[in-house]
Amino acid sequence: MQLKSHARTLAIALSLALIAGCSSTGGSRDGSMDGTRTDGGVGTGVAGSGQVGGTGVSGDRAGQQADGRIPEVRTIYFDFDRDTIRPEFESVLVAHARYLRSNGNARVVLQGHTDERGTREYNMALGERRANSVKRFLEVQGVSPSQLEVVSYGEERLAVRGNGEDAHAQNRRVVFAY
Amino acid sequence: MKALMTTWLAALLLMFGTLAHAQSDLTIEITRGSDRATPIAVVPFATDGESLPEDVAQIISDDLERSGFFAPLSRDAMYDRPSSGDEVRYGQWRALDVRYLVVGNVSRGADGYRIRYELMDISGQRRMIGESVSAGSNELRGGAHYISDQIFEAITGIRGAFSTRIAYVTAQGADQDMQFALYVADADGHNSQQVLSSREPILSPAWSPDGRKLAYVSFETERPAIYVQDVGTGQRARLASFDGINGAPAWSPDGRRLAMTLSKDGQPEIYVMDVGSRNLERITNNSSIDTEPSWAPDGRSLIFTSDRSGGPQIYRYSFGGGQVERLTFTGNYNARGRLSPDGEALFLIHRSSNGFQVARQDLESGRLVVLSDSRWDESPSVAPNGTMVIFATQQGNSGVLGAVSADGRASYRLPSARGDVREPAWSPFLN
Repeated sequence: MQLKSHARTLAIALSLALIAGCSSTGGSRDGSMDGTRTDGGVGTGVAGSGQVGGTGVSGDRAGQQADGRIPEVRTIYFDFDRDTIRPEFESVLVAHARYLRSNGNARVVLQGHTDERGTREYNMALGERRANSVKRFLEVQGVSPSQLEVVSYGEERLAVRGNGEDAHAQNRRVVFAY
Repeated sequence: MKALMTTWLAALLLMFGTLAHAQSDLTIEITRGSDRATPIAVVPFATDGESLPEDVAQIISDDLERSGFFAPLSRDAMYDRPSSGDEVRYGQWRALDVRYLVVGNVSRGADGYRIRYELMDISGQRRMIGESVSAGSNELRGGAHYISDQIFEAITGIRGAFSTRIAYVTAQGADQDMQFALYVADADGHNSQQVLSSREPILSPAWSPDGRKLAYVSFETERPAIYVQDVGTGQRARLASFDGINGAPAWSPDGRRLAMTLSKDGQPEIYVMDVGSRNLERITNNSSIDTEPSWAPDGRSLIFTSDRSGGPQIYRYSFGGGQVERLTFTGNYNARGRLSPDGEALFLIHRSSNGFQVARQDLESGRLVVLSDSRWDESPSVAPNGTMVIFATQQGNSGVLGAVSADGRASYRLPSARGDVREPAWSPFLN
């Protein structure tokens, strides 16, 4: 058990380090702010908090799914201006990775979304960047690329309408559509 | 019997079609009149006593007012209602500070209507133009827009764009339960006609330079693809459905090529497709986002949005040499650029302290001016005569279309009775 969790920690650290390396242009920018780049710090900081195996509430439940069932939590959220995986959602991704590994025929569409600030086609690109960041994480976790497809919806399918920060936060998401 | 049924069905469809028009038409609310607008009076046109389906003089007056170039006199202030140039008493109109006067009449013709109009110069006490226009029985509005075009050009020297059309997208609902539709309508929002409806997103409509086709992005297969549809016949073709993004179609001025955004090779990049052969030429190649291409009017360059400098800014790619030049430097968000028909000004979405607004940048001076007074603007599209920019914005919690004059002095909105309206695209000249 101890060893298993240690291995997972390593895998997560590796995933995030690789993602940080791949992500050549900093974070996603819904509406764009000043665009300060923080690539360097992301990998290490987040990996450290991932070691308990499900610090996030949703992650814990997702982590306990039997391998034969699709994990229940199928939406993860992103910070403004970012395409980095938030620590509380790592275990969600790990659960999906495990499911996909043990169900080689399963396929999932990673639907990337942004909030509605900024222009539509530019947001289409930002949504794709987020979904790609999830895709890279899953691939590092051993999921076959052939099981994964990225479709960005940009700001075309808002989960919540309105211009408050709450609405924006719920719209910045990647959805696992099996 | 079968023929009768078919006729009935056709009649029913026609009826529903007409109903659909009435509900989906956009109305106009003038939000700001220009302080430099020229006073003009459009006198109600005389008729044969018959009541007409459209008020031709009102349509002309509304057209002229919407342009921001003219301030039409209220009908209440008209003491006199001449219907021909001979009847005009110049002193009376001069006393009302009116510079120009439009008079005319409408009569029934064999196949519709005959509209006769005259444009009078009050200070010069002369007739500037006059014409007799025939309009089919369903074309009174078209006849009125044609007259607006003639009046506008006679006074300003600029070709009128009142007989043009707009395309736009409506959306209702949220998340998984949504309904989208693509419409075309007259530039004043009337005569709307549905081109496509779908439960999946539709965006980025773009008119072909001959005004007959629309390119757009539809997710109807649950993946984005670029389609080209003939607006008249409804016939359409899928031009691009590669893995990843298929977006932002933009016609070359000769109508033979489409610039587009594809992410099939990794990052979103700009490509140019030859519409006939469907051969692709890759234009950009780097690790950042490149999207929202739009052609310069002379076809010799493309502008596009890229975040290669950290945030979105607008760049120009020149064919031939292939060099890329950054155009925008004011602020940290400038996107979705469109060049004016003379190529001298760039209209774009600029992030200011007030939000996302339509702005104009003069390319020679580099000076950027915010034009709109709204906060959530998107998708600017320039009228073919360069005098107005139509865009999407928000009013309350609804998406509406707004328009602002190229100098920012006049603006109006086109609210819809139902749902969000977005993604406007102004057609080229159609006549």
